[in-house]
Formats: sequence, C-alpha cells, structure tokens
Amino acid sequence: MLPGIDYFTAALTPLNIMLALGGVVAGTIVGSLPGLTATMAVAVLVPLTFAMEPASALILMGAIYTGAIYGGAYAAILLNTPGTPSAIATTFDGYPMAKRGDGDLAVTLACLASVVGGLVGALALLLLAPPLAEVALAFGPMEYFWLAIFGLSLIAALSEQSLLKGLIGGCFGLLLSTIGVADISADVRFTFGSKTLLGGIEVVSALIGLYCVPVLIELVATADRHLKVEASSRGFRLREGFAISWRGKINLIRSSVIGTLVGILPGAGGSIAGLVAYSEARRAARNPQDFGKGEPAGIQATESANNATVGGGFIPTMVLGIPGTPPDAVILGALMVQGVRTGPNLFGQEGSIVYTFIYGLFLATLLMLPAGLVIGRYAYRSIVTVPKALLVPTVAFMTIIGAYSIRNNTSDVVVMIMLGVIGWVLGRIGFAVSPIVLGLILGSIAEQGFVQAWTIGSATGDLAGMFFGRPISLGIVALTLLSLFYPLMREFYARRRKVKEENSYGE
Amino acid sequence: MKTFVSFAGTALAALSLTLTAPAVAQSYPDKPVNYIIPFGPGGESDITARHQQPFFQKKFTEELVVEYKPGGGGAVGWSQLNDYKGDGYTWMGVNLPHIIIKPLQKDVGFKTEDLTTVYMFHYTPDAIVVPADSDFKTLQDLIDHAKENPGKVVFSGSGKGTANHIAQIRFDKLAGVKTTYVPFKGTGAAVTALLGKQVTAEWGYTSVGAKQGDQVRMLAVAMDARHPMFPDVPTFKELGFDLVSGAYRGIAVPKSTPEELRKQISDMIGKINADPEFRKRLENDGMAMLDVPYEDMDAFLKEMTETYTAAAKEAGVLN
Repeated sequence: MLPGIDYFTAALTPLNIMLALGGVVAGTIVGSLPGLTATMAVAVLVPLTFAMEPASALILMGAIYTGAIYGGAYAAILLNTPGTPSAIATTFDGYPMAKRGDGDLAVTLACLASVVGGLVGALALLLLAPPLAEVALAFGPMEYFWLAIFGLSLIAALSEQSLLKGLIGGCFGLLLSTIGVADISADVRFTFGSKTLLGGIEVVSALIGLYCVPVLIELVATADRHLKVEASSRGFRLREGFAISWRGKINLIRSSVIGTLVGILPGAGGSIAGLVAYSEARRAARNPQDFGKGEPAGIQATESANNATVGGGFIPTMVLGIPGTPPDAVILGALMVQGVRTGPNLFGQEGSIVYTFIYGLFLATLLMLPAGLVIGRYAYRSIVTVPKALLVPTVAFMTIIGAYSIRNNTSDVVVMIMLGVIGWVLGRIGFAVSPIVLGLILGSIAEQGFVQAWTIGSATGDLAGMFFGRPISLGIVALTLLSLFYPLMREFYARRRKVKEENSYGE
Repeated sequence: MKTFVSFAGTALAALSLTLTAPAVAQSYPDKPVNYIIPFGPGGESDITARHQQPFFQKKFTEELVVEYKPGGGGAVGWSQLNDYKGDGYTWMGVNLPHIIIKPLQKDVGFKTEDLTTVYMFHYTPDAIVVPADSDFKTLQDLIDHAKENPGKVVFSGSGKGTANHIAQIRFDKLAGVKTTYVPFKGTGAAVTALLGKQVTAEWGYTSVGAKQGDQVRMLAVAMDARHPMFPDVPTFKELGFDLVSGAYRGIAVPKSTPEELRKQISDMIGKINADPEFRKRLENDGMAMLDVPYEDMDAFLKEMTETYTAAAKEAGVLN
C-alpha cells in the first residue's frame, strides 16, 4: 500500500489536472529558451499561487519545475545550447544526433528519459524521503570538495582528443569561477575595479555564450543549412524511441538513481547530476568511443538524471526544510508565505498537502509524455524548416534576452558575448568548451568545501582525518581516480593490442 | 440611488485625500512599483518581500512587483540603485550589516551613504542553535565547554562579515571564550552542516528555529525581549550578555527621489508594518518587527555603523 494513497484522488481534481498540464507546458517552453531557467520560471509564478490552496500551488510549481528541466533538452539538442544548466551533457550527443538528421528521435528519447527520471525521483520522494534526507546530512564540506574534484576529473574523460587542452580549458574555467565577491570569504577578487565583475561570471550567461554564440557564428560563416531536412515527416519516431529506451533500461534506471541521489544534496544540482550520470553511462557502455558522437545512451543518461533531481531535491526541502535546488528554495519560500511549515512534521500533520503534491508530481511527470512529445515535435520542425536568415537573428535575440534576464543585468550580456567569442576562437584551435564550464561551475563548490573542511579540521586538530578519514569521501576519491585513469588505461590497452598486431605482422 | 451614494463616497474620499496628501503625491502610486531584491529568489529577503506584496496591493491598490538583481552579496544591486529614476516606482531592499561592512572592506561600487534608506521594517535576530540531541542544554553548557576547549567549538554561519559572523565575534568577547567560525554560503548550507553534525553549533537566526522546528534547539536569541514564537528561549540580555543583533532589512530608494516622496514611501511601509496580520505572519517565520522610519534613519544607521565597525575590526574583516 502506498503511503497517503487516499490523497491520490485529491490530486486528481479537474483543477489540479489542469494546473499540472498547464504547468508542464509552460515550464517546457520556458526551459527550452536559453537563459530562462527553472528557478526563474517558478519565481515568476509565485505571486499567482498566493491565492491558491497550498497543495494546488505546489502542484503547479512542481509541474513548471519538472517541465522546465525537460525543456532544457530542446535547445541542447537542436541548437547545441543547454536551455538550463542541467542540460549541459545533453549537448554532447544530442547535437551530433540532430546534425545527422536524427533530431526528432533525440527529442523523443529525451522526453521518454525525462519521464522515467521524473517518476523514479518522485517515487523516491514518496517512499524513502525521511531516510534519504539523511544522505544530504552525511555530506559535509569535505564530501562536497571531493564531489567537485570528481566532477573535474570528468574533464579527462570528456576531452579524449587532447587531455592537455581539456585540462587547460578546465583551469581557465576555474580561474573564471574565482572572479567577483567570494561566496564565503567575502573577498573581492579579480574584478579589475569593474562593478560589472563584482557578482562574478554568471553560470547561465556563460553557458549561453560558450555554447550558443559559436554555433551562431558558424551558422553565419558557412553556407550549409543548420540541420538536415528530411523529405518526409517521420512522426514522433515513437516506436524507435521506445525500442531504444527499452534497450537502455539499465542505463535509464542507473542514471535516474544517480540523479535522485545528487538531487538530494543541496548545492549540487542538475548540472552535476547530468554529468555524473553521463560519465557513468559511458564507463558502463560497450561502445564508449561512440559517446560524444551522437550516442542515444548519452541523452538518456543526462535527461533521466536531471529530471530525477526534481523529486530528489524535494526530499531535503520537505523533510529538513533545506532547499535541495534553487527552484526548491523558491517553492519553500512560497510555502512559507502561505504559512505552511516544512520539516519532519510536514509528512504527518500536513499529510494532505504533501501527498497531494507528490501524486500531483507523478501526474505532471506523466503528462509530460504527451505534452513533451508534441512540443518537441513542433520545436524540431520549426528549427529545421525555418530559414537561416530568420533562425540566426531569432536565436541571437533570445540569447541576449536570456543572458540579461538571469540577473536583470546588461553586463551579463557583455560577458556572454565576450565568452562566446572566446569559445569560438578556442573551438577553432581544438579546445572544447565543456571543460571550461565544468571548471566554472565546480570551482566555487570545490573552493568552499576545501576552505570549510580546512577550517574545521584545523580547529579540531584533525586535518588528516578530515581529508582522508571519512568513508563517503574515500568512496568519491576512489571514483575520481577511476575516472582520471580510465582514459589512460584504455589508451594503454589499445596501444598494447596494436603493438601485438604489429608484431604479428612482422612474423 | 445606490450608485449615487457610492459615487458620492468615492468623491468624498478623493476629496479628503487631496486635502491631506502633499501636492506632489496626489496620485502616487498610480502604477506598479518595482521592488528590487539584490539577492536571488528564495532567500529571506525575497520571502519578506513576498509577505509585503499582498498587503501593499490591499492598502495602495497598485501592485508591488518583486524583481531580483543578485550578485556580489548584494553589491551588484546596491551599486546600481542611484542609476534608477527617483520617481517612487523603484524600491530596493537593503540589508544590515551588509551595506555597512562591504563598502568598508573594499571598493564594491557603492558607499553606505549612497543608499537612501527610507525604512527599516524588521530584523531576523541572531541565535545560537544546536541540534535537538546536543549535549548542550543551555548557553552556559556551551560556554563552559568552550572555555575548556579553546577554539574547538566550531560554529557554522552564513558568510563572512555577516550578521552571524559579527555576532560570534561580539559574543566571544562578551563571554570571554574563543570559538571557531566557519562561513557557509547562505543559511540553508549552515543549517545542513549543523544537522549533519559537521559543526558543534550554528550562529544562525531565530528563523532557523521556526523552519527546522524540533530538529534544533536555540540556546539564546539576540533580542531585547523574548520572541513570541519561542517563549522558552532566553535572550542573551537575560543571561547577562549585552547582545541584540541580527540581519536587518529595509527599503531604499534612488538618491534623486524628492524629500516628500521619501517620507511618503516611508509612511506606506510603516502602514504595512502596522498591520497586525502582517506582523503575525513575519513573527510566525521567526522574524522580529522593527520600525525605523525615514526621519530616524540617520541616527539608527550611525549607531549601527559604530557597533559593526568595531566588531568587524576585531574580527580582522576590516583593517
């Protein structure tokens, strides 16, 4: 018997179904526009929810949130630009698939994966919330530090063409992450006296710049069409999509679990979840060399993981009153304004609100299937058929609006354009942008964790125990080493095989 | 007939308004007012603004639109406040001790006196919080332990040079102890570290007690009198430490805003603050009310600046 099943019917009022559907559609559209994030989508909506019942308000916000995370996949696949930071790793295989004419299939796969991830995350929230909240608490500064280092070690896996260039890119990203007022030490760093740089490099505007601007420049600089046009309409390619998803079911489930777990950790978020799931999918795959060249399993991993963070993130939010992700912080705030108290008692005293919400989240996730497929189809067709002369200015306009609206700051637009040009130049000389983005996102997490762990370790006189005596930390360190040496090991074996072959020729 | 009566009523009301209100502000506000929060959504500054929103609309019929301009711990927003038109339609949230400490540390694009604060409407009092199952039942337990183990009591808190940090410095001095303060990014992260037992205790806020409920215990609150939500938690004053502090929030307007309009806005915020329902809502979130109108602002800020500067110098946050 599922807990709070009585509330299932409460979630199914016509109003709630309408809110869930409307929320998913609105969220998907907002999430698909680069720069308009899930946090913003939810924040804009908050005043509307004041007049609603708490459970309905939550359903609407949860639906928008989950839709926005999925919507981020469209821009990632069709424009090589993550619509939200969660979709960074979706670009790796999504865009190559679109380039070869399989964009429609990629969008369908993303939709199916998002639904699976969303359901797994919501199931964890329903069944395991209190024990899983303990996971959030087991992660101290040291664990966050090692988690960030683990994320950085993915650079090695992501930049097989040139490890050195990947590392240089990562260092450049780390350097960018130190600009502005430091989060915990409050020092003003590397602003060169400019007001603009006080707030640091905004991650989302950096994403838009680094990923989207080079695509735009290439579109203008070459005569080719943006994406291949298929002569006949092939529908949703749903049968194909289902078949691939079924074959990748282990990958989908593993990635959803990773996404749920990372989602539980406050401050980690969908971008890390997607990257970790991607790297694990690649490590487990029989064909790791196909990743990054349009391998469906790459999309499945990221998209299931990032939607699983939605349910995962609600776990600490509801059980501990600590928001798991930035959109959760907004939702928590909205609940407080309504006078609802989160915390351990929420599941008991306010059971009607919590369970109605959780079942509403299931409902929204399921509605994402039809809604997501239809919108995805429309997005694909319009991106493919629209003439370049219209596509480029429209997307360019969107990038500017997107970069501006993150913090209502024109200087973020300037930073976006500058980073875009840098990204384009670097791309021409063989540098990938993803290591830079990893450095930028993970740098501040690593720095905070390190400084805090060091301070606590020195105060208690146990620095060694702090860095190397914590079991979860050690587990992450082991994963990091594996991820670092994996490409080298593969190269080693490949070379040995080659040597053997050459020797056999010699005989 | 009915229509006529209501029409007459409206006319009378309008007339009385014209008679009492200053000439410049007859129709203010006659369009939505933008309320810029120099932090991201979901923080306490956002939540208090959200609380004000419906009351503003009810009392002054126009909408109060909350916008965000995060970055640099508020510095990005504050350094741009005076670029806005001083027509009464742009408000910006201001926070103490941020607007005092930050410009003293380094050039962050604004000086404290650049900000025209018209009202300080509440504060979130500092409090020492421990996990519910902690051995420290009273503040004295914690002080005794800290005296025996100098530097080994580790506090989490939100940021460096912030209300939490300065409270820790002031308290260490008052109690004659030496403790370690570990800054975290925001109150949420500081609470996570506390509940996860990464630290001994937290220099947090009364709002932590409201949000985390029976997972935590507050040992003392930095208020003049006990908080209505927590009648069992003593104040530092009661226990013999002269410490009243917290994160203070107010509203500022661009410098070009005319004097009369500044006063009028101050009155409006005061009216929202006076609403018993509004007070109840903020207190339920663990916050404490404060009423510093425009005319008292200079004296208030002067006093706060002296206190904060002394503590920040002590901490080495300032040179």
